[in-house]
Amino acid sequence: MSALVSLRTLVFALVLSATASAASGDRSGRVVINYWEKWSGFEAEAMQAIIDDFNRSQERIEVRMLSISPIDTKLMLAASGGNPPDVAGLWEYSIPDFAEKGALLPLDEALAEAGLGAEHYVPSYWELCRHRGFTWALPSTPGCVALFYNKRLFREVGLNPDQPPRTFAEVEAMSRRLTRVELERNGRRVRISFDELTVPERQSGKYSIVQIGHQPADAGMFVSAWGFWFGAKYYDGDRRILADDAGNLAAFRWLRETMTTYGVDQLKNFGASFGQSQSAVSPFLAGKGAMVVQGPWYPNFIEKYAPDLEWGVTPFPAAPGVADNAPMTLIIADMLVIPRGAKHPREAFEFLRYTQQREVAEKLARLQRKFTALREVSPEFIATHPNPANRLFSELSRSPNARAVPKLSIWRDYDIEMSVAALNVRYLLKTPEQALAEVQKRVSWRFDRVMRRWDVVGDERLAEWRDHERW
Amino acid sequence: MSGGDRTRLWTGLAFISPWIVGFLLFTVYPVAASLYYSFCDYDVLSRPIWVGLLNYQDMVTDEVYWKSLNNTLVFSAISLPLGLCFALALALLLNRPVGGRGVFRAIYYLPSLVPAVAAGAVWLWMLNTRDGLINQGLLSLGVSRPPQWLDEPQWTKPGLALVAIWGCGNTVVILLAALQGVPRTLLEAATIDGASAWRRLWHVVIPAISPVIYFNFIVGVIGALQTFATVFVMFTNGGPDRSALFYAVYLYESAFESRQMGYACAMAWVLFLLTLLLTWLASRSTRGFVHYSAE
Repeated sequence: MSALVSLRTLVFALVLSATASAASGDRSGRVVINYWEKWSGFEAEAMQAIIDDFNRSQERIEVRMLSISPIDTKLMLAASGGNPPDVAGLWEYSIPDFAEKGALLPLDEALAEAGLGAEHYVPSYWELCRHRGFTWALPSTPGCVALFYNKRLFREVGLNPDQPPRTFAEVEAMSRRLTRVELERNGRRVRISFDELTVPERQSGKYSIVQIGHQPADAGMFVSAWGFWFGAKYYDGDRRILADDAGNLAAFRWLRETMTTYGVDQLKNFGASFGQSQSAVSPFLAGKGAMVVQGPWYPNFIEKYAPDLEWGVTPFPAAPGVADNAPMTLIIADMLVIPRGAKHPREAFEFLRYTQQREVAEKLARLQRKFTALREVSPEFIATHPNPANRLFSELSRSPNARAVPKLSIWRDYDIEMSVAALNVRYLLKTPEQALAEVQKRVSWRFDRVMRRWDVVGDERLAEWRDHERW
Repeated sequence: MSGGDRTRLWTGLAFISPWIVGFLLFTVYPVAASLYYSFCDYDVLSRPIWVGLLNYQDMVTDEVYWKSLNNTLVFSAISLPLGLCFALALALLLNRPVGGRGVFRAIYYLPSLVPAVAAGAVWLWMLNTRDGLINQGLLSLGVSRPPQWLDEPQWTKPGLALVAIWGCGNTVVILLAALQGVPRTLLEAATIDGASAWRRLWHVVIPAISPVIYFNFIVGVIGALQTFATVFVMFTNGGPDRSALFYAVYLYESAFESRQMGYACAMAWVLFLLTLLLTWLASRSTRGFVHYSAE
């Protein structure tokens, strides 16, 4: 009998706790919007400030943010379990995947009602929000990449710190000059520019690198995107993967050439004592790397880890014959989405809409030291922005040569394959041709499977997306 | 069954019902579901689509799959025998009546208490090409170009085997307990018959503890096939040329990063069958070497 009683108590407790978590109104009777975001640290604090403003601005909705990592996997599991948050912050490359798998709500009808559309956004970012004819997300903060350089190191080797490289050839030439090596010469230990090594000294390999000019691999997470600077397409927009096109091949030959020029073992040894590109022990932040490709968030890291570093920023020049008319960049964005299965999609959208107001977007961007994806910005925003690189990044993102990674649900796999191939090329384990042929084969195989599935469920999905009653 | 028996049965079942419910919900159901999903194209987010044997067929042609399997088997082949020999040697040393024995036992056991992730982070530095303790040691011994443990495909698995051997404290403790159970009478008899220390070890000690060695070997095979955390922490994307992409890591990546849950489930079932097969092979091939005292 007592066992039965305790069992009943247990069941009762379970039911109680389940209903408690399902009930989403708080004591003041407000609708609670759960918002999962990948940010932590100052970026999360910035968003919290926006949320506090929103919660104060009205009395009906209360947004509660939770920092989640890794957001993609957690959102996937929560969505498949039927209990996703009302709003989530994803990276732009995840949108096609989540959308095609039916995990997001299309926003088109709500956007039309709210009078929000393409005309409000920088075209390249608006395009990132869309996939297969529907709009799935709104940008919270956008980004793009450019070349950061260390002015002091430029000065030390006799380069003008106010004249960063303007052509691809200049990047290469300056990099050789800015790369410093140490070796024994006539019984003495000397430190010289890589340029000053004699041919026999280079061939002997008896030198060690103590400072690097520019190394493409330091771009970290953007290594697979170097192809854009060489005219690569990655994907034909329909059914063909273009991993082994001429652009990617040129990019991979350049990766290999960098290694063979400076010496594979020498570069490995130099890299062995450093960590990731956004930590205090990256070559650039440690003052041992003269140039690195990063985005508008990077000054925050400089300020945190190397406050005395004297830096400048400039677009990374494309290879000759590619993008001669305007600078090249890779655009990325943090996106806000409403997962399918959200308990309060309308209230969630109200919050999304709030974040898209100019003053709000500018406040968030200013706190995160980034720019906004909105077409119109206030003059004060530009004039008083705390990040000196803001203007450059904002202009770069509007360049006709601003590129984004292809809208493929399997981009993450594609990216991993490209990274594996890039490492094999850099360590001279594979030729660029071999490595890219492998990527082409493998990603095509994966993509064929995805498309085979899409052929089965695609019509069903499109009908589902058109059915706005579910809102 | 009498009425009283039946009541007692139900009472007993009621008492263990939390376990039964947990077992059915969290073990039997997932295992059964994974078998079903292994025959489906399933990405977790949308409904599974039945594809028959496609996932298993894909495995046959997937080069990365074969690479991960090969890596796992090579790693097991290096780390298992080395680890067992090393653990046995340590256990024999720690079994000797020397001063501070307790301290040494604690020291050798400590690594197995370190969480896998922390161990991975530490070993990244231990195996660092330039500044790592191991390569610094090799350099001071006069090796002019020590292995690039993390950068050269042929050295990643031996490097990981070092990490595995370092964490053999558990095996040492089990072997130590077994060594203390070796009948003293047998050892004394052997000594009186004039057996050297080596012959005593080979003909008395090892046969006496062979069931324990066998147990450790089987547990080791199963553990090595499932190696995950340390490798996952130490190598992004499987390391150079995917030379450190292990079966369990590829399975995890397929399930949660590529979202091919169906494919991952199929891989899990193949791993299960492979483990069964290897365990069966191991028990068959060692039958003649394992002696139980009852026999």
